[in-house]
Amino acid sequence: MGILEVKDVGKRFGGLQALGDVNLSVKENTCHAIIGPNGAGKSTLLNCLVGKLIPDTGSVMFDGQSVLGRSPHEINQMGISRVFQTPEIFGDLTVMENMMIPLFAKRDGSYRLHAIKSVMNERQLREEAEQMLEEVNMLDKRHMHSASMSRGDKRRLEMAMCLIQRPKLLLLDEPTAGMARADTNNTIDLLKEIKEKRDITIAIIEHDMHVVFSLADRITVLAQGTPLVEDAPENIKGHPKVQEAYLGEAH
Amino acid sequence: MDAIILQILNGLDKGSAYALIALGLTLIFGTLGVVNFAHGALFMIGAFCAVTLQRLFNLSYETIDPTKTDFLGNPAKVKTPYVESWFGPETGAAIIDWSVPLAILFAIPIMLLIGYVMERGLIKHFYKRPHADQILVTFGLAIVLQEIIKYFYGANPIQTPAPEALSGIVEVLPGIFYPAWRVVYFCFSLVVIGGVFAFLQFTTFGMVVRAGMADRETVGLLGIDIDKRFTLMFGLAASVAGLAGVMYGPINAPNYHMGMDFLVLSFVVVVVGGMGSLPGAVLAGFLLGVLESLASLEAVISAIPGINQIIIYLVAIVILLTRPRGLMGRKGVME
Amino acid sequence: MFGLDKKDSTLLILVAVLTLLAPFILNPFPSDSGLAQFNAGYPDLMQRFVIFGIFAIGFNILFGLTGYLSFGHAAFLGVGSYSAVWMFKLLSMNILPAIILSVIISGLFALVIGFVSLRRSGIYFSILTLAFAQMSFALAYSVLTPITNGETGLQIALDDPRIFGGAVAADGSIPVTNLFGLEMRSAFDMAVGPWSFTFSAGYYVCAIVMLIAFYLAIRIFRSPFGMMLRAIKSNQTRMNYTGLNPKPYTLAAFVISGMYAGLAGGLMASMDPLAGAERMQWTASGEVVLMTILGGAGTLIGPVLGAGAIKYMENIFSKINDNVLHGWFAFLPDGMEDAVVWILHPFVGKGWHLTLGIIFMLVVIFLPGGLVEGGQRIARAFKGKKAKETSEKATTEPAE
Repeated sequence: MGILEVKDVGKRFGGLQALGDVNLSVKENTCHAIIGPNGAGKSTLLNCLVGKLIPDTGSVMFDGQSVLGRSPHEINQMGISRVFQTPEIFGDLTVMENMMIPLFAKRDGSYRLHAIKSVMNERQLREEAEQMLEEVNMLDKRHMHSASMSRGDKRRLEMAMCLIQRPKLLLLDEPTAGMARADTNNTIDLLKEIKEKRDITIAIIEHDMHVVFSLADRITVLAQGTPLVEDAPENIKGHPKVQEAYLGEAH
Repeated sequence: MDAIILQILNGLDKGSAYALIALGLTLIFGTLGVVNFAHGALFMIGAFCAVTLQRLFNLSYETIDPTKTDFLGNPAKVKTPYVESWFGPETGAAIIDWSVPLAILFAIPIMLLIGYVMERGLIKHFYKRPHADQILVTFGLAIVLQEIIKYFYGANPIQTPAPEALSGIVEVLPGIFYPAWRVVYFCFSLVVIGGVFAFLQFTTFGMVVRAGMADRETVGLLGIDIDKRFTLMFGLAASVAGLAGVMYGPINAPNYHMGMDFLVLSFVVVVVGGMGSLPGAVLAGFLLGVLESLASLEAVISAIPGINQIIIYLVAIVILLTRPRGLMGRKGVME
Repeated sequence: MFGLDKKDSTLLILVAVLTLLAPFILNPFPSDSGLAQFNAGYPDLMQRFVIFGIFAIGFNILFGLTGYLSFGHAAFLGVGSYSAVWMFKLLSMNILPAIILSVIISGLFALVIGFVSLRRSGIYFSILTLAFAQMSFALAYSVLTPITNGETGLQIALDDPRIFGGAVAADGSIPVTNLFGLEMRSAFDMAVGPWSFTFSAGYYVCAIVMLIAFYLAIRIFRSPFGMMLRAIKSNQTRMNYTGLNPKPYTLAAFVISGMYAGLAGGLMASMDPLAGAERMQWTASGEVVLMTILGGAGTLIGPVLGAGAIKYMENIFSKINDNVLHGWFAFLPDGMEDAVVWILHPFVGKGWHLTLGIIFMLVVIFLPGGLVEGGQRIARAFKGKKAKETSEKATTEPAE
């Protein structure tokens, strides 16, 4: 029984069957990659996991509870954090402030906050945030306006914001899309470190095979809304069905 | 029963003005993505085009008529409008009498020009800025425009009478009498609305604009310079608002803040119809006009006091909360 | 000081000093000189400065922090005024219960309107708030006449019950508003040579309330709650995926800013105990938007500056007429004098709204950060030398 269990999930948009009978089981503390050609339904699947879309059929269980019908913020509170294709950060805030928001969210929940207490006095949270920034090598940038940073830094900040919440499951949506090779390698290293140091399950959607094969413990290949194969990376590489799916797209 | 029919007529009439203004607002929002708070001011400027033309026609020179004397016994001065001396007294008088309808011809180039200048000079720079900024800058512009008009024309309403032939009462239905000019206004608005739709439907220009409203990027990819056309659209929207204003003069004497009064309601109309939906704007305009008038019926008011004052807002609130895209809005457009 | 860091304390002290010394600062010209018309140190105007300052500070908590542009905030001001006048009619002429009730009632009102309006964002939110405010305005004029007294406006009268403090003053007239006996309209005139300064009790009550309101606003800006509001403005998607539901925060901000507006309305009625529906009209809502943007939305001091600037212009600019202009430009040759006066004429006197509209447009186009940004740009231009001076000042000032 995996920490994330996707059973018979289907989703239609008008006449288009975006997902059909997807079954997926992500084991705890592994890195599970979902790959597939464009339009295979990867993003739709991801959106069904985080509450942005509600599937027409099937069930999605996380940690023994159903996520269906819950809003994104409730699903986050269950322990799922999401990293976006283009980093979603608080651009108007400084790096440090960006880190404080998830800490407040975790400590105070969604409703209770001190309107009069000064942020300056939140020593414990500040230290925690600084420690996390140190871990992702961003401590020197903590006073920077986050919108003015490079894309790679924004990505690292976004990951730090997700990790500081200590999620059980980290969802990554093409984390290296549009990145230079060096930045991609840095991201891979960072993710490897995260995987080793923390008790965390990672589900990753990725185009870049280099990233997938450096990180994944298990790979699901999605084509036309249905899982084609699920196997360990070494078995996926030479799998005829997978090559067919990818070559089919190329032609 | 007669009272109800009369109120429906009133509603259609009021609805005509709402629909015309809302149509222009939607054209601008749908094509340019700009929320134009100065649109009411354009309506007001249209009305003042009629005022201006009327004044121009009444420009006169003075002659001394030796055959008559004024009450002091001096020879009387007689004012003769230039148009009367140019075209002869009868034609001249007719021109003056028909100054409001004639102002349509006068207003179209002016409104096109104002629209063009506004878009190129100001709005263009706000496409990429947030909606709040667009609201704010056009709100500022509305204040400026209305103050300029106030400076030149004063704060009091200025009578702009309808031609005598159209200022009477006609029997629209057996036993139902209604002011002729209001009937004209309603028909006029239908013609303008029809014209705009025909223009968008049957010309290549209109086709490109409609395509642009649906998907700006794709049209841009086809190598069509959409911006230039959109500038013209702004001029067109300004003209529609202006024409609505020109013809509205005889119904309510124009004053400098008439635009603001209509703007708030027109916005509500646009929202109810659906942001970016032209048929929605027209439908909602007439619908809300009629609803507002029906709510003014004696029986309705005595049942729910004050309902006539708030019915439009009430409808808007309910629509926004239950169906935010409006009656005919497309899914996903500013929901 | 008071849990603020050094920078904020300096700002608070600065504002406090300026506000409390306003009767001097705003009357820099001798009362018989030609420039006396630029004096703004009379109680009525000074009261409006600080009352609209409170209104704008509150509006800024919503718009400046969360980015939600409300076009219906005047409704809360109106509700506050009505509540206060009812307190004067029913309870007593003491302004304290009146103001407390204003804040509570407008807060409740904001809770209801905010709950509905905040289900939408962006332009829809603006139009919803506008619709609600126009609805309140229309109702105040028509059906609610028993509560609002319709077009005439709600006033106090001799036959009001006024349970505490009596319905009639000792001399048989309508009693005046007071704070535990301190009459709001009482004032003390001081003449220093040709200058004259007026210290009004009403102004100082308003000023102290504004300072408290300003202080609270600083605390809100610097609190986790304030940070959360800025995060909402910045990125609602990330907010959701951080496990936060933005709605309670925005609603709280909406209610707080509604209460500020109610406080301003209550104070307004306390200074002059009448309330009319026109205070709720959407042009009044537009005015507070202008003030906040002009001063600098999202900054602490901006709204206060904006409110002061607009109210000053309204009162001073509108008093300048052609005679005054001719007086100023008398040194020019005749033809030129007339030409200059002719050019300036549309912008002053009754035309001051034109000036306001133009300034506002220029600010939105070129200076989105308002007067505060303008000040910062000027400061940056002078930096080198000035930066040193201010840092020296900052180190010596806290001793005060």
